[in-house]
Amino acid sequence: MIAVLSSAPGRRTSAAFAALVLLGLSLAFAASVGETAIPIQTVMDTIANHVWGAGYDVDPIDAGIVWNYRLSRAVVAASCGAALALSGAVLQALLRNALADPYLLGISAGASTGAVSVAILGVGAGMFGLSVGAFIGSVVAFAFVSLLALQAGRGTGAIILAGIAGAQLFNALTSFIVTKSASAEEARGIMFWLLGNLSGVRWPDATQALPMAIIGLLVCLWHARALDAFTFGRDSAASLGVPVRRVYVILIGVSALMTAVMVSIVGSIGFVGLVIPHAARFFVGNRHGLLLPLSALIGALFLVGADVISRVIVPGQVLPIGVITALVGAPAFALILCHGRILR
Amino acid sequence: MTLELRNISWSVGFKKIVRDVSLRVEPGEFLGVIGPNGSGKTSMMSVLGGIRPPSDGMALLGDQAMRKVGRRNLARRIGFVEQQADTSDRITVHEAVSLGRTPYLSLLSPWSEIDDDIVASALESVGMGNMADRIWHTLSGGEKQRVHIARALAQQPDYLLLDEPTNHLDIQHQLGLLELVHVLPVTVVAALHDLNHAALFCDRIAMMDGGKLIAVGTPSEILTQQNLRDVFGVEADIETQHDGRCHIRYRVRNQMEV
Repeated sequence: MIAVLSSAPGRRTSAAFAALVLLGLSLAFAASVGETAIPIQTVMDTIANHVWGAGYDVDPIDAGIVWNYRLSRAVVAASCGAALALSGAVLQALLRNALADPYLLGISAGASTGAVSVAILGVGAGMFGLSVGAFIGSVVAFAFVSLLALQAGRGTGAIILAGIAGAQLFNALTSFIVTKSASAEEARGIMFWLLGNLSGVRWPDATQALPMAIIGLLVCLWHARALDAFTFGRDSAASLGVPVRRVYVILIGVSALMTAVMVSIVGSIGFVGLVIPHAARFFVGNRHGLLLPLSALIGALFLVGADVISRVIVPGQVLPIGVITALVGAPAFALILCHGRILR
Repeated sequence: MTLELRNISWSVGFKKIVRDVSLRVEPGEFLGVIGPNGSGKTSMMSVLGGIRPPSDGMALLGDQAMRKVGRRNLARRIGFVEQQADTSDRITVHEAVSLGRTPYLSLLSPWSEIDDDIVASALESVGMGNMADRIWHTLSGGEKQRVHIARALAQQPDYLLLDEPTNHLDIQHQLGLLELVHVLPVTVVAALHDLNHAALFCDRIAMMDGGKLIAVGTPSEILTQQNLRDVFGVEADIETQHDGRCHIRYRVRNQMEV
């Protein structure tokens, strides 16, 4: 794998091509697996019909399940996994902290506060849905954390501590609203949403998630060398000619935006942003030109896979995807840690 | 091209760490910066290296204000080695030194064989040519410091700024490192703790105290009994050796009776 991905532009193109094929196959696989198994050929025909009007003869019910339910869902899962893993990789590099993840900036806590404000308190009077509320909540929380970090002074420690303070505050607000105003049923629904939920996802969500993930990937790749320059810290990056403040604003902003969009669509799926970048580092090391695309790829594949598992593991019931990612992610993380190649 | 500070100050919040420093670095010299702990050496060095903009005054590179020169161009002229820059990332020596090419690379000018050659010769010039594949955290303190210098050299700078480069090194590596830097074909500005090292290697010495630049001059002008007493609070005898270099012999105030 390392040999395939190293240097030469020709190889790089073929590696990128291989990655796209792999991603396409995983999406097709995800669309064929489920309560009613649909042959992969039918999936391919359906996709062909929709994308370039191939006009294959496909059972309309199968076609509906594949296109409207499973494929849109798989695309969102892939975008979400890629975006979260990217954000994690970027934040770990910028903040020089192996434990940094996309939720460090208070985004998921803010999203949940926004979501419960809409769902339980009825903020906005039905003008917008759960996801819009979640998005606004996450942006507010991120603004709060950024302001706090700026006030607290320079250094990466300030951002991390501000993030913790922000997350605690917004989580407490969420708990306060839920315990004060929610019925048992509402509380259960919110709980389910908070753990990550792809059930209601359709194409309109995918058309938000996919462009966001692609734009995020491009912006981060554009700054890959700048991220490398942070290896020995902020001052070292500055002495290498990196405009530190601008890179901070752009990359933390993009990470926050990606995370906010994803969280508002699917809730806060834990562990992907923390673990996937470390797993990717295990394969290709710390050079971000390779690390970022590989993190995005593994994140996408991982979340598509986790979504499939969450749909089939308990017959007749869909588990929150966050449960699966943590159940699979935690042991995987432990394994990598014991290999001792993350920190030392 | 010269490197110059004109009446610069630098503060954190309301606290002025460096006040009204003017300094001109002459091309080709080895300039030492000395001063007690907290005298503002590190802050002054980071303004001189263009890493922090001065709160007052002007930092200039070749008669142009640094902020107009731009980060990237500064990084092609000035290499900066921090006091202690470490990483927990698993990177090789070669990768660490390759970072020095950052200011020259862009999407339009990607990594090329020329960059490989520059990195190799930078490693060679610090005597680590055969250690390119070693992993960073397996290196000793002296080796890490030399890799940092190689990284700075890969920037192909005119100026090499070193902030207490010999901290935490044993005496052999301290002298080895300074000898190495001394023969490099660059202008060197180094903050040094050991005054005898400053006396041995520097063409000129800048002495700082309380955020101010007290004096600049040759080692024998700066390292006087009076200055050591006033600035460092130590009693010492200065001996001038036959090669013209001076040597400091410290005296302990209340000498124990033998």
